[in-house]
Amino acid sequence: MPTTTIAGHEVEVNEEGFLTKPSQWTEDLGTALAGLIGIELTDDHWKVIKFLRSDYDAMGETATLRRVSTQMGLPVKQLFTLFPGKPAKKMSYVAGLPKPKGCV
Amino acid sequence: MTDQPFVPSFDDDASAGRKLVIICSKGNLDMALPGLIIANSALGEGIETHLFFTFWGFDMINKKTMGNLKFSYLGNTAMHLPGQFGFSMPQGLAALPGMTAVTTKMMNKQLADLDVPGVPEFLEIILASGGHLWACKMSADMANLTEPDLYEGVEGIISATDMLELAEGAQMLFI
Repeated sequence: MPTTTIAGHEVEVNEEGFLTKPSQWTEDLGTALAGLIGIELTDDHWKVIKFLRSDYDAMGETATLRRVSTQMGLPVKQLFTLFPGKPAKKMSYVAGLPKPKGCV
Repeated sequence: MTDQPFVPSFDDDASAGRKLVIICSKGNLDMALPGLIIANSALGEGIETHLFFTFWGFDMINKKTMGNLKFSYLGNTAMHLPGQFGFSMPQGLAALPGMTAVTTKMMNKQLADLDVPGVPEFLEIILASGGHLWACKMSADMANLTEPDLYEGVEGIISATDMLELAEGAQMLFI
């Protein structure tokens, strides 16, 4: 696996650039990852990221957009506003998790 | 290792302007869902997505039917009991009165277990994700339906020509 240095942290990434070791993630790194894809994190972003982290710990896989929406009670539209374009991939990238595998 | 961090290319030019048109022509529960699932995934990938409902697909946007699509395995030899892949369900059973209700209930339960939304909620999610819904003019005329009969999220009743115009440059799927 290649490594890359982000905000002074050396992390392992896959061929797409997603972190491969969720344990290497820190909140500082999350802020830096978001900055790299043009997102400035607000409290609303952090709520989603913290949910993704805890859900990943519990379930062993990254929550899909649908799961984030139903479990957090957040409208899908808001997720598209927070992480525009490709919300599921962007939020998992910032949270230092693999992109979701589920279809729905 | 380079000095520049390695970052996924989420908004690269290759995917910019990508467009998908899905023609939904079936009103059975099992044939309605693939289009909705693919549309939902496409929108999550930032792809401009249009759904065009035609013929039996009208049941997916008709207020009277959209929440109650059914599943029958009549004519479908790929229907097996859960886990029993060597054994196809006898076709004659599917034709018995009440069997469609049973198989519909079974499929709805399997979908609910996977947290797959029902058709009306799925359409709502697709709209919230920026998708577009269109109804076919000829099907509306055949079924004697007008806009008030259809799900509010449908943007308009359009002809096949209109659909082809908005599909310019799009990838198309017929289901």
